Formats: sequence, structure tokens, C-alpha cells
Amino acid sequence: MSTVSNHNNPEQSSSINLTEEEKKVWAILEQVADPEIPVLSIVDLGIVRSVKIATSSIPPSGGGGALITITPTYSGCPAMDMISTNIRIALSENGYPNVEIYTVLSPAWTTDWMTEQGKEKLRAYGIAPPLGKSFDQKYLEDLKVECPQCHSNNTKLISQFGSTACKALFQCNDCKEPFDYFKCH
Amino acid sequence: MSVSPNNQSTDQSIHFSTSQHINFSTTQLINYTLHLADNALILGHGNSEWTGHGPVLEQDIAISNIALDLIGQSRYLYQYAADLINQSNNPFPPVSGRPVTEDDLAYLRDVLEFKNCILVEQPNGDWAQTILRQFFFSAYQYFFYEQLKQSSDERLSAIAEKSLKETTYHLRWSGDWVIRLGDGTEDSHSRMLKAIDELWMFTGELFEIAPYDEAALQNGIGVNVKELGVLWKQKVTAVFEEATLPVPQTTTFQKGGKTGIHSEHLGFILAEMQFLQRAYPNSQW
Repeated sequence: MSTVSNHNNPEQSSSINLTEEEKKVWAILEQVADPEIPVLSIVDLGIVRSVKIATSSIPPSGGGGALITITPTYSGCPAMDMISTNIRIALSENGYPNVEIYTVLSPAWTTDWMTEQGKEKLRAYGIAPPLGKSFDQKYLEDLKVECPQCHSNNTKLISQFGSTACKALFQCNDCKEPFDYFKCH
Repeated sequence: MSVSPNNQSTDQSIHFSTSQHINFSTTQLINYTLHLADNALILGHGNSEWTGHGPVLEQDIAISNIALDLIGQSRYLYQYAADLINQSNNPFPPVSGRPVTEDDLAYLRDVLEFKNCILVEQPNGDWAQTILRQFFFSAYQYFFYEQLKQSSDERLSAIAEKSLKETTYHLRWSGDWVIRLGDGTEDSHSRMLKAIDELWMFTGELFEIAPYDEAALQNGIGVNVKELGVLWKQKVTAVFEEATLPVPQTTTFQKGGKTGIHSEHLGFILAEMQFLQRAYPNSQW
């Protein structure tokens, strides 16, 4: 299990101010898929908060090192341990055998961090992407979620909890297909 | 196995009060964190027993998701408690020669050391009772985490910020179900009345101040649970009104869980939950 710490300074995957080597590590992490929604990478989901290349002052020591900070989507997400393992494997195969992974809880993960590219991938996969910004103040029932199959807005909520903690279950009133909606969180 | 509510010989902090090396507030911070962790774990465990047995598939999934959130929250809290114990060289007798882990705290403490409120260890009963237990607890936990976000303890504040988002969903879902069942059929309404009879007496303890609450409050770390009672009552009253359910006027409540004096149910829960680690110590899978 990874260590929970209180790093309060997460970075988005903005390419501004990144060194060439950090960019390379971000690119490797973009190849690591989310175990539950394999069309998305952990970068698309906003799970990776920061990347640091190990130096004399940044752990881990011993060469070929990287310090990766991640944040869980939901507290009980059973994929987090697997995500850590997959990060280690991907980095190890690409020249970074020495990886330290921190888990941060604050600021709490939000669907606002999902990349636009990630939202498009979700839609193509058949999951309606989160609507609006941050945690919605209105009830899920008021949302007009577009059916990812036939693009109708005539849809209804079946259940606030779907096949994973991050999804709600909807059904299209027109094409009758049930579908997952990635909850705004 | 079961514990008499009259048992007066309990010292719930015996494992944490014998070291000379730690100060009072660390001991109380450990107890405070364990109390929060135990609440989440025991309710999460009870909810998890619905997995595969829910009344309909969607609600089976919903209660399982809530169980997962709660057990996840308890993990953060046990990890923090374990770190505090290890940093303060605090003895934890079941473990020697290695650092204490989150699993040790969940699986190797007995009834008297658990600090959860009696409400969360009440049996699942029927769907109405599970729903009402969740609603009572989520309404409390929602206001609690809102306040704990302001804690001067960074780790607890971060856990509260993360967990509050999840609890918001739990409260909305369980409140909707209280309304659906209360304002539903004659059968569902009478089951809700029975659930209120069963559970109301355990709600007062949520707002009782234990020694670790007092210590945490004085250090700017904890929440004044006594003050949450008003907000909780407002929320419950609003939902009960819509559900056509009466708010009991009783002011006599059962208490003791927060200081280790539990109902007979917790022993059975632990016997099942901890069996594997007790029978096959240190086993992993």
C-alpha cells in the first residue's frame, strides 16, 4: 500500500514548466489504463497529481528514480492498489526502476480534473461523461444526460449508484438502452 | 463474547495509556481517530452483508457502494492511527517487532477497545432498518465531516474533505429511501415505524462528548458533536415530515459504545469479521 501524505501542492499535467524528463514520465503514465475503465488512462482521469524526477533532494535515492503523487477517485476504490502496481511496472519497463508513490487526499479528487480527451474517450466507450463543473448542487434527477448511444436527451435516472462508485445508472427513453453516467464529483 | 452494558471494568484506552513516551494529546488523538475509523468500518461491514442479498439489483449495488466508501474511509483513518502509534512508540500488545498496520487495528482489537457508536453495530434487520440506520448515521457524518474539514490536524482535515463528497451521496440516497418507504405502502410505512422504534434510542450517543472528543476539541482538532445535534434534528425532521413519519419525542438514549461499552451485537460482528486473522495470524491474500 502506498503512503498517505499531505502534499498540498498537486500539479495538473500542464506542459508548462515541465522538464523534458518529466514530460517523458507523464507520457509513460498516459499509457497506464484505469483498471475499471480501460479506455481512460490514469492521466485522463486526473488521478496523477504530480511527477518529480528523483534527485539528491527528491526521493527515492539510488538512480533511475521518480516520485509520483496520485489521488484516489473514491475512498473505497479497489483499483488504487492495482493502479500503483501498474505505475511501477510501466515506469520500470521504461527506465525508472526506482519509483516512490505518494497518495494525497487533499484537494479531493474531482471530475473537473478529467481531460477533455478523456471525456471524449468515455463517450465513445458508451459512458456518458460528467456534466457541469465540480460537485453538482442540484439533484441527479434534474440532470439532462445525453444518451451515448443515440444522443437523445430524453433519459432517466435508474440508480444513483452504478457498476462502480464513480458511476450512476441511466436509461434512454428513446432507444431504451441502459447506460452508465460518470457522476460529477 | 457479548458484553454486558453494565460492565464497569472497561478501560478502552488501556493499550494507549501505558507509555511514558507520549503525551496526553497523542493518546487522545489516537483514540479520536480510532473512534472515527470504527464507526466507518462497523457500518461498512454491516452494509457489505447486503451484497448479493439486496431487494433489487440496483439497490444491492448502491448499498455495496456505500459499504465500499465507508470501509475506504476507515482505511485512511486506521492508517493515520497506525502512523501515530508507530511515531509515538506506543505499545500495541498484539503486535511486536514490526510497525502496527491498519489491518492490525481492524482485526486485532477486541470489543472493549472498539469505540464506535452503538447505532452502527445494530443488526441490518429488514431493508427499512438498514435504510434508517444509514440515514441517521449519514446525516450525522455529513455535518461532522463539514466541521472536521476545518480541523487544525491536516491529515484529519484531508480525510474529511475527501469523505464528505461520498457522504453527501449516502445522505441523499438514504433520505430518498426513508421518504419512499415512509410515504409508501401500509407495509413499508409500518416497517419504518418499527425501525424508528428499534433505532431512535441509539441516536443520542452520536452527540455525546467522550474524553477524546473533549481533548480533540480543546486542541482545535475535533468537532463539537454536541452542537451537531441541532442540525441533525432539523435534517431528520424535514425528511420525516416528507415521509409522513413521526419524530420521537423521547430524550432517553442508550450510550456507551464510544467508551467501549457495547451492545451484544458487536461481539458477533467481530467474531465473523476477524475470524481469519485470529485463526491464521498474519495470513494474506
